[in-house]
Amino acid sequence: MILPVLYQIALRALRRNALRSLLTMLGIVIGVGAVIATVAVGNGAKARVEAQIAALGQNVILIMSGNANRGGFGMGFGSAPSLTKQDYDALRQEITGITGVSPDVRASAQVAAGSQNINTSVFGVSEDYLQIRTWPLAAGANFTAGDVRSANKVALLGQTTAQTLFGEGDPVGQFIHIGDASFNVVGLLASKGMAMMGMDQDDVVLVPYTSAMIRLTGDTTFRSFSVQASAPDVVDDVKTQIAELLRQRHRIAAGKDDDFHIRTQQEIAETATATSRVMTVLLGAIAGVSLLVGGIGIMNIMLVSVTERTREIGIRLAVGARGRDVLAQFLIEAVMLSVSGGLVGIAFGIAGARMLSANFGWSTLVSANSIVMAFAFSVAIGVFFGFYPARKASRLDPIEALRYE
Amino acid sequence: MQPVIQLENLVKTYHAGEVEIPAVRGVSLEVLPGEFVAVMGASGSGKSTLMNVIGCLDRPTSGRYSLDGVEMSQLEADAQADIRNRKIGFVFQNFNLLARTSTLENIELPLLYSRPSLCRQEQRARALNALAMTGLTDRSAHHPNQLSGGQQQRVAIGRALVNRPELLLADEPTGNLDTRTGIEIMGIFQNLNRMGLTIIMVTHEPHIARFCQRTVVMRDGHIISNDPVQHRLDATSKLEQERLALQLAS
Repeated sequence: MILPVLYQIALRALRRNALRSLLTMLGIVIGVGAVIATVAVGNGAKARVEAQIAALGQNVILIMSGNANRGGFGMGFGSAPSLTKQDYDALRQEITGITGVSPDVRASAQVAAGSQNINTSVFGVSEDYLQIRTWPLAAGANFTAGDVRSANKVALLGQTTAQTLFGEGDPVGQFIHIGDASFNVVGLLASKGMAMMGMDQDDVVLVPYTSAMIRLTGDTTFRSFSVQASAPDVVDDVKTQIAELLRQRHRIAAGKDDDFHIRTQQEIAETATATSRVMTVLLGAIAGVSLLVGGIGIMNIMLVSVTERTREIGIRLAVGARGRDVLAQFLIEAVMLSVSGGLVGIAFGIAGARMLSANFGWSTLVSANSIVMAFAFSVAIGVFFGFYPARKASRLDPIEALRYE
Repeated sequence: MQPVIQLENLVKTYHAGEVEIPAVRGVSLEVLPGEFVAVMGASGSGKSTLMNVIGCLDRPTSGRYSLDGVEMSQLEADAQADIRNRKIGFVFQNFNLLARTSTLENIELPLLYSRPSLCRQEQRARALNALAMTGLTDRSAHHPNQLSGGQQQRVAIGRALVNRPELLLADEPTGNLDTRTGIEIMGIFQNLNRMGLTIIMVTHEPHIARFCQRTVVMRDGHIISNDPVQHRLDATSKLEQERLALQLAS
């Protein structure tokens, strides 16, 4: 039998019971829509996490000092003062395959310029920091290794900080007060945007770590270093070198635990995406169940339809339809229900994802992949749940079917 | 002349659980090309079962059935479907048209299942041809519920003829029609028969059987008589008579 004719017959049968067809489709619409929206939210979260990890820089390795133990409670990595200036110098000199090293000295300080006065984050870093984090300058110049060595009072301003302190004016060459010291602004950083947890990465002042330690924190040890490997394939080697160097310098006997912690950017990314992946899978599974329920709805209505149209099937068989012609007819009807439901569901899912981003500010990402998958899935559901009723129709006895009232 | 239908000691037994119900108990019958045969008998006499076997809707329990010289008794379901499609046209008591489907599309229905399949133009052409034969060209877009009983039966006849079958099987074609319309249908059958179509018709109305050439009477699964019709009626003159009688009465 010719396929277009089958489509026509199926379309007419569905139109004849328009409301019933629409309600049956609704199950698939909701299922597919939910899957598309869920996957979009999951993908959006993942993309955002990935972007944030990428914002850390390229091929970055983080070294944190050890886990201080106070009264039996672990204080978390970075809490023990186990990384020294000597460790830092050794890293710079002895590790091969790296393009930059910077300490991460963090302080919260009162920063003032003229009549403006704000509380912001002050980072003490080395001259390599901007390169490690791939953070370009919008104006001015980076501070130099000489500035770091002599603990000069120079500063780079983040966009937000600059705007708060100087408005639209050019901050480069101006002076700011951090605590009671006066710093010369030598550069303005390009905008970096929101970080994880909604922190504003542009609300920041970068100064040489030497200046930060002397004038702000008073610390003599470091909580963490950032190291940049020269290429992705040397990251693991660099990590091993660092571990060996630090174990040797800290005189850690074989078999004892490190008093520091090294994580590559890759590892950080994996941890962060794992969480969002679990959420996506969980929500997707729930949406998938509703798709399944939609499929059962199709099966139910097709069984009703086969019973109602027993006479019609009898007539078709009497005039020469083979079992498989009848099977094809009902199967196509089921697939038509599920596919049109799927298409509407895809539209609803995309609209739903848009609505979530618009109303709740969630980042969503509808991938072409998920659309193709949803479409294929709705075809499969039509075939799977339509097959049993269609086979039932195709196996009717023509004599019985003709007599059916 | 080779018979269109040749039945040899045909037996059909139904099983209802443990009980065996013999519906046809050894029937032998020949129908020659161009014959117009009436099958009569009380309900339960086995005539419907016999028609189902002849129509390839059912298989005999034993015995032989050849249609057009080809053995039919052992055919698979798909092969039976193809025979029904190509060689047999069915007309039923309750018309059995597809509801909410136009006259033309009802007539076209068997063509959808032709193997090898016909192109769309050929289907349309044949359907229009069969439609013209039924005289319902001006009703081609009507649905069955917009047609009278006689018109519906004419659509069914058009559908039965659309694939140019060897054999027309009619199961009480006048059972749901008033006398006059019944005679009109008989007129169509007689015309088709005159053009060479073989027709087998089940009926339990003796006056309808008189439009046929031969009457086969069944009882308890056997053929008890098989005789030519005496004083055969001609539908055209019968209708003319009735028209005159009606005029005289008024």
